[in-house]
Amino acid sequence: MIAAIILSCISLFVGAIDIKPSDLLDWDSDKTQIFLISRVPRLMAIILAGAGMSIAGLIMQSVSRNKFVSPTTAGTLDAAKLGIIISMLFFTNVTYFQQIIFSFAFALVGTLIFMQLLDRIKFKDVIFVPLIGIMYGNILSAISTFLGYEAEILQNVQAFFMGSFTLIVSGRYELLYVAVPAIILAYIYANKFTVAGMGEDFAKNLGLSYKMVLNLGLVLVAIISTTVVLTVGIIPFLGLIVPNIVSLYMGDNLRKTIPHTIMLGMVFLLACDILSRLVVYPYEIPVNLTVAVFGSAIFLVMLFRGKAYAKK
Amino acid sequence: MIEIKGITKYFGKNPVVEDVTVTIQPKMITSFIGPNGAGKSTLLSMVSRLLDSDTGEVLLDKGNVKKMKSDAFAKRVAILRQSNHLNVRLTVRELVSFGRYPYSKGRLNSEDEKFVDQALEYMNLTDIQDKYLDELSGGQKQRAFISMVIAQDTEYILLDEPLNNLDMKHSVQIMKILRKLVDELGKTVVIVLHDINFASVYSDRIVALKDGRVVKDGLTNEIINTDALREIYDMDIPVQEQDGCRICVFFNSHS
Repeated sequence: MIAAIILSCISLFVGAIDIKPSDLLDWDSDKTQIFLISRVPRLMAIILAGAGMSIAGLIMQSVSRNKFVSPTTAGTLDAAKLGIIISMLFFTNVTYFQQIIFSFAFALVGTLIFMQLLDRIKFKDVIFVPLIGIMYGNILSAISTFLGYEAEILQNVQAFFMGSFTLIVSGRYELLYVAVPAIILAYIYANKFTVAGMGEDFAKNLGLSYKMVLNLGLVLVAIISTTVVLTVGIIPFLGLIVPNIVSLYMGDNLRKTIPHTIMLGMVFLLACDILSRLVVYPYEIPVNLTVAVFGSAIFLVMLFRGKAYAKK
Repeated sequence: MIEIKGITKYFGKNPVVEDVTVTIQPKMITSFIGPNGAGKSTLLSMVSRLLDSDTGEVLLDKGNVKKMKSDAFAKRVAILRQSNHLNVRLTVRELVSFGRYPYSKGRLNSEDEKFVDQALEYMNLTDIQDKYLDELSGGQKQRAFISMVIAQDTEYILLDEPLNNLDMKHSVQIMKILRKLVDELGKTVVIVLHDINFASVYSDRIVALKDGRVVKDGLTNEIINTDALREIYDMDIPVQEQDGCRICVFFNSHS
């Protein structure tokens, strides 16, 4: 919590143009304008995306009962991306709203298909399941690339989905606020997700309608993923590692872990973003690169150390 | 009272449970016994609504269980399956608290907490209530699951091979607790058992299944005798009496 506040302050005052807190006293100055139009939205976007992706991962791990399933490793993000590309290609005058709907529908259906796959396969090894998810995601991604290539918008597409907060200014990120009610809903239904995570038999024994909770979870994941992909782009690993770290020290009772997952997600993404801005200062590298570097390293540690832990 | 009426279940084209009619008497331990693949677990799953039957019906106090609301049913009948691979990191207390889910939806009031405390005490888990499930031995874990079912405070407790993977000491411990649940708290317990001697010593009634059909159904003494056992297991099993318990000595039987 404290770390989140400190990093938020740092984030507000790091950038190509040097802004000091004292500059803000002058309300009409350029620096104040930059602060309000660029820095504050950027901070909000990071906080919302970090919290959102972490919660999306937590929900997916709970309902799929697999520690290594997340929007990145279940094709959710790739499906959302495919939805956006298709909407761009087939409707020439596509509005923002249509993009959202398409992306959401694809993310939802894409994740549902993965869950169906998961239901059918007999060999439910903890490592095997996310591998299937990654392959499945790559297939979706390949379709996106092919469509983009055919329509000669490949470069646009790649730039569009590069997870980055560089282009976040006020007016371009407000969609992310849709993730807020989704996160609140996740907290309200936390107990249901925990029970569902114990498995269908347990859930039924306790009188919980398992299918309903599963579907609710997937809808929430699709909402969060869509808003993040559309505004920020694809941020890998976040939904995978943050919930797992929290689970290690707090267990899996979602009512307890959700606040911590939100905090850690924010802190992790804030730290990565600040680092991205400082490494080649005054330029910056895309945040998804930084997240991927740290995320994949942590993920590898989790794999080696944690196969026993995830299996239990 | 639970009445199972003419229930049948097919897996593919093969009937696993065929036209089974059994009445579960209240305030007793009823054991389902029989050879592998007799349909014991499938039958228990249908009674507890985890599986739908293809034909026939299960009545709980004359009402069809399929028509009951799921949380109302969860307050009356609890089931514990044999494989409980939880890959959820919960403490023992958290797990047992979820037994109160049908009543409180997870927000426990003081009465719920009381039930949880009692259930933990009943299973001797108070000392380890804050340990995570993955830190426990098989026997402790099984006790934690049963404790959750006790906290659920249902009239009917259905257990599918609760002694699986337990050593002798823990098996005896759990059977004694089940006996206490029936004798002291007036619960009705239905268990699937593989070990006929545990069934013989601890149950009031035995239902024997074979190839999906009921072959014997009666008081324990009517089932635990050489003639009845031959029909069930196709083995000649001598039965000896020891301190008032009937023990089946099947280890060197001819089949």
